[in-house]
Amino acid sequence: MPTLRLLNVTKRFDNVKALDGVTFDVKDREYVCILGSTGSGKTTLLRTIAGIIKPDEGEIFIDSRNVNKTLAEDRNTVYVPQTYALFPHMTVLENVAFGPLAKDNSKVNAEQTAMNVLRLVRLDKRIDAYPNELSGGMQQRVALARGLASGAKLLLLDEPLGALDVRLRLELRVQLRRLAKESGFTVIHVTHDQEEAMTIGDRILVLRKGRLQQYGTPYHVYNRPEKIFVANFVGNTNFLEAIVESRSREGSTLTLREGLKIRVLDSSFEPEEAVIVALREEKISVTPEPRGDEPNRLSGEIIEVHFLGSHVRYVIRLTNGDEVAARVAIKEARNELNHGDWVSISFDPMNSHIYEYPMLGLQSELEAS
Amino acid sequence: MPEIKVVGLRKQYGKVIALNGIDLTIYDDEYLSIVGPSGCGKTTLIKSIAGVVQPDEGYVLINNKNVTTLPIEDRGIGYVFQEIALFPHMNVYDNVSYGLMIRGVSPIERDRPVEEMLHMMNLEDYVSLYPKELSGGARQKTAISRALTSGSTLLLLDEPLGALDLKVRTVLRYELRRLVKDLGLTAIHVTHDQEEALSVSDRIIVMKAGRIVEVGPPKELYMKPKELFTAKFLGEANFITGEILEIDNTDLLIDVNKFKIKTKCDLTPPLRKKEACVLAIRPELIDLNRNPQKENSFRCDVVEANFVGDSIRYTVKTENDISLLVKTPIIGEEKNLAIGDEAYVSLPVVNLLIFRVPDEGLEKALSLE
Amino acid sequence: MANRLLDSIMVRLDKLSSHRESKRAVYIIAVVFLVFFILLPPILGITFELDLVGQVFSNNDLLLRAEASIFWSFAIALSVATLDLLAGLPFAWYIARSKSRWINILDALADIPFVIPTVALGFSTLLFWGNTGPISVLGVSLAPGLILVLLLHFTFSFPVVVRVMVGELLAYNTIYETAAKTLGARTFTIARTVTLPLLRPGLIAAFLLAFARSLSETGATVIVAGGFENGPVFINNAKNAGLQGPMVLVSFTLIISSVTVFALIRLLGNRLKIPINRVYPSPEARLSSGRSVNMRNGLTFFIFGFFVLIPAIYITFPTFTALTDGTLQRAISGVGVWSSYWQSMTFSYTISVLVTLINIGLGLPVAILIARKRLGRLWTTLLDAIVNVPIVVPSVALGVSLGIFWRSFGFLPEFWILVFAQMTITYTYFVQAMAAAIEGIPLEMEETARTLGSRPFHVFRKIIVPLTKYSFLSGAILVFTRSLNETGAATAVSQTLKTSPVLLVSWIKHQVPATQSDIALGIAFLVLISFASLLALRLIVYRGKK
Repeated sequence: MPTLRLLNVTKRFDNVKALDGVTFDVKDREYVCILGSTGSGKTTLLRTIAGIIKPDEGEIFIDSRNVNKTLAEDRNTVYVPQTYALFPHMTVLENVAFGPLAKDNSKVNAEQTAMNVLRLVRLDKRIDAYPNELSGGMQQRVALARGLASGAKLLLLDEPLGALDVRLRLELRVQLRRLAKESGFTVIHVTHDQEEAMTIGDRILVLRKGRLQQYGTPYHVYNRPEKIFVANFVGNTNFLEAIVESRSREGSTLTLREGLKIRVLDSSFEPEEAVIVALREEKISVTPEPRGDEPNRLSGEIIEVHFLGSHVRYVIRLTNGDEVAARVAIKEARNELNHGDWVSISFDPMNSHIYEYPMLGLQSELEAS
Repeated sequence: MPEIKVVGLRKQYGKVIALNGIDLTIYDDEYLSIVGPSGCGKTTLIKSIAGVVQPDEGYVLINNKNVTTLPIEDRGIGYVFQEIALFPHMNVYDNVSYGLMIRGVSPIERDRPVEEMLHMMNLEDYVSLYPKELSGGARQKTAISRALTSGSTLLLLDEPLGALDLKVRTVLRYELRRLVKDLGLTAIHVTHDQEEALSVSDRIIVMKAGRIVEVGPPKELYMKPKELFTAKFLGEANFITGEILEIDNTDLLIDVNKFKIKTKCDLTPPLRKKEACVLAIRPELIDLNRNPQKENSFRCDVVEANFVGDSIRYTVKTENDISLLVKTPIIGEEKNLAIGDEAYVSLPVVNLLIFRVPDEGLEKALSLE
Repeated sequence: MANRLLDSIMVRLDKLSSHRESKRAVYIIAVVFLVFFILLPPILGITFELDLVGQVFSNNDLLLRAEASIFWSFAIALSVATLDLLAGLPFAWYIARSKSRWINILDALADIPFVIPTVALGFSTLLFWGNTGPISVLGVSLAPGLILVLLLHFTFSFPVVVRVMVGELLAYNTIYETAAKTLGARTFTIARTVTLPLLRPGLIAAFLLAFARSLSETGATVIVAGGFENGPVFINNAKNAGLQGPMVLVSFTLIISSVTVFALIRLLGNRLKIPINRVYPSPEARLSSGRSVNMRNGLTFFIFGFFVLIPAIYITFPTFTALTDGTLQRAISGVGVWSSYWQSMTFSYTISVLVTLINIGLGLPVAILIARKRLGRLWTTLLDAIVNVPIVVPSVALGVSLGIFWRSFGFLPEFWILVFAQMTITYTYFVQAMAAAIEGIPLEMEETARTLGSRPFHVFRKIIVPLTKYSFLSGAILVFTRSLNETGAATAVSQTLKTSPVLLVSWIKHQVPATQSDIALGIAFLVLISFASLLALRLIVYRGKK
């Protein structure tokens, strides 16, 4: 069963680095999600692992073997592109049997293997259909089955659920993971949907402009984002500009615009340093009246109310002009708050993350490309 | 500005009935969303209002004027296409000023309104760029600007944010609503993303298989839907069938697989004893705890637990063999439940949605086709 | 048994194809063939005898004639291409957009002048406008000369423009027009502000193709030219008079100037910015009205019918006469002029088959190189340009050059010189057809197949071949018919052996005692074979569309 290792992989297209010194490991049977937006290099990364693209620098190891010089057809990995690339002139069975047939040329064996996999994805009743006769969800399963049947143990999936309806995506994502786990595959699943990544990934790799931003379990990436970009890309986050006023072993006091003060647990920045404070929208509590002992109490006016079904999102303009968004679960919402109401917000110091103020400004750190 | 009325609209493509009798009024200055699974007819509906598609039966009225036989170019609408469709051979400025140019406005007179729109949409830096040089978000904004500059007061948006990454979508959708409201337009926004519809609309239309299922403001449709399909399509819900044991005014006792569930209901005509019914329970309203609550508490085992950032999605199985999806927000560092743990699932007494068993059966009523 | 053997050969080839060296070898052979057999011979050939040019400069008469012929070639080509574009565009628009049931028929009719061998077209035009034709009823009849050449060229370049523009209009995404409509634009305004600018590459391509066709055509032009001389006619006359010098001079000039003109139009055409700054709603609305459109369509159909279709098919009349007046029997029994006819036909056919096979085998790797841009952007563009050269250059000039080149290898029999000449001229058609088809297969499909364990040759035979077989066949048939009907190069090259079209031209020019019925029937047989092949093509292509 394969393990995968990338060491310092770099790839340039016309002087632009699509991949920039990417280094990471994938364990046997792990389900890893690569999270990034368009242009982040995630497709290039997948194709480099598959052997379709040759890196300019760096090494790739599959099962501890250096495969830099190994051809794509010999690497024992399977690449499933976003468009599925089903062969339009072959039936479902022929598509799925293609891999085994190419490798050992026995039609009987190939079709047997194909049937086994088709039963697994519950398409054994449509083996004579052509791709254009199938729905999007079914096509996705054929593409997957084709990969599973090929005998490779490392599956490279490029936005496998991207082309599907929102509803279908929710249903299929769990099935996808279950299938991979049951069959013992190692999977690298590329997506731009952070909820998808967090739901099914054992670990998440966040990619931006070809560089690895963070690599860890969903819990880790969500609760300890190492970069502003990660804090923004995963989850819903507010960013406030602040200056360190004082610090001690228990934490620091920061000054927002117009002198508003807040306390955080981080003590790694010196007084007078400019920082960015990141606060998750759901970690901010909103009440019509301040409640005595809350930490970090600030007041503001509700300027926007968005109903999102299971929760409500308020955009609050604080007394200093900063705008902060807060998400309140419907269950917790005890009050009916409206546009124009004055409210008190607060957050626990341990739910904040502090970052160095970026040289090129906050906006440049938030942009994906 | 305008009010739109659709009466008895029918459209068939071969054997497929895209619109099966649509009657609808869209009020002045309303921001209306149309949602539904793919194939439900929402795009055909909006295209019929625009004139891109000619209905087989029925008519379309804009401000009480029958426009059904009027060609597209005479209807005075602004349309934003799913494919965006910016003119590839024109830069941003020329694309946006096209509508004015068509009216015979001279280049000098076009300048001011176009500049104003570009300023409002933050597109001033992109003025001389061509569509292929723009990011997805910029292209989307240019398409919207183009539709607005032509001076039309009715904006038809066909999946306007569909081509964008998730993060950009969630930010742009609020900007879009803000703009429409600021300009005093009537907008019809087609989307398959129900959260998008919930967050920006004045009213939502839910469609299925060429028919309107239900219409109403977001909160009402989400909290008190009248139709089973609405409960399914907006947000998530667990559906279980049960039998009425006792009724006392609005208080009900329902038997679900031998469990007794207490709830309130004001359906008219009221349900009777021994009648079968369907309960729809939102996962975010279910309480999952190591300890039972006062009412509607049942023992269960945790089958799956998925961390999704701001909450955990549990799948639990109760003693009487019912599988439920539960969404619990993460508050603080308390120890969360894990797979295999025993716990108690408690259903709310209020906010349980009750429906009669549909004629076509539960499964068919909930299917996305 | 044979299947098993074939299978094992295939598997061997599959394994071989993964090796970088064997893949390279195949491509290198193909590119070497391209350079040494297709590209260089025409360029070098003409330089071998450049000294003979002196013959012309010493003779003032000849010099004047040579200069005039070159001038007229370009003047005619330019005017014809422009007129055809103006007349063909509305016609193509109608075909592409109309929902009428008669469209397919109209489409096929528009193809006719393209499908008929140029010899037939020349003869038909001659008869139509001559003093035995329908026009003579009005007291007008045109003798061979400049006007007749212009009319002829207009006729045969028309389908070229229509074909290209219909293709472009059908492939073009109408969503831009719908978008323009939602912004209030009417059809005429949309056409000039959105559709035409977007179709500019297609318009330029159509213009260039019509231009090339007019510049290059020999057989039919010779028939209707009379005393008038454009480039090809001059070369033909010089050849008949045995004057090598003028042939070489005019050929050389034609080659150099046509390549230059093409490059210029290609490069500058795209830069031409037609400013679309103002729209005048009222007049443009009127032009978009149903009445204007009907008037425009009426005019277009009239032009098509009178100047293109009828002149092209006029030859059917004498053909019918030929069927009933005993000519048919003489033809079949090979009497008189017919004795050499069937020999010529077999000869033509054999050459064309060989040409087709060679071009397919050696053109395919080059098509792959171009479609998949394997050599990088710069080299691929260069390769693409090289492959296009034979189309750009007038075939008669090409023939002269090739004749000189291959004859310098004294041991090469005339048969093979003809084969090589046809090969050069038709190479482009197959390569471009295949390159376009392969480009249409998403690269992702090949890549995915490879990661599934499929080696390059396996990918080729299991994926590329099945998905491009219709383009493959149509490319092959295109090469075949083009080679069969080709007159220019064959005229320039042949000394003793005559291909069918060349033979027919000699009949028409009264170099041999053939009656009008003989000529008509002789052409009819040639047309029949062309038609049969193109019909087969249409059937295959339509079956493929399912």
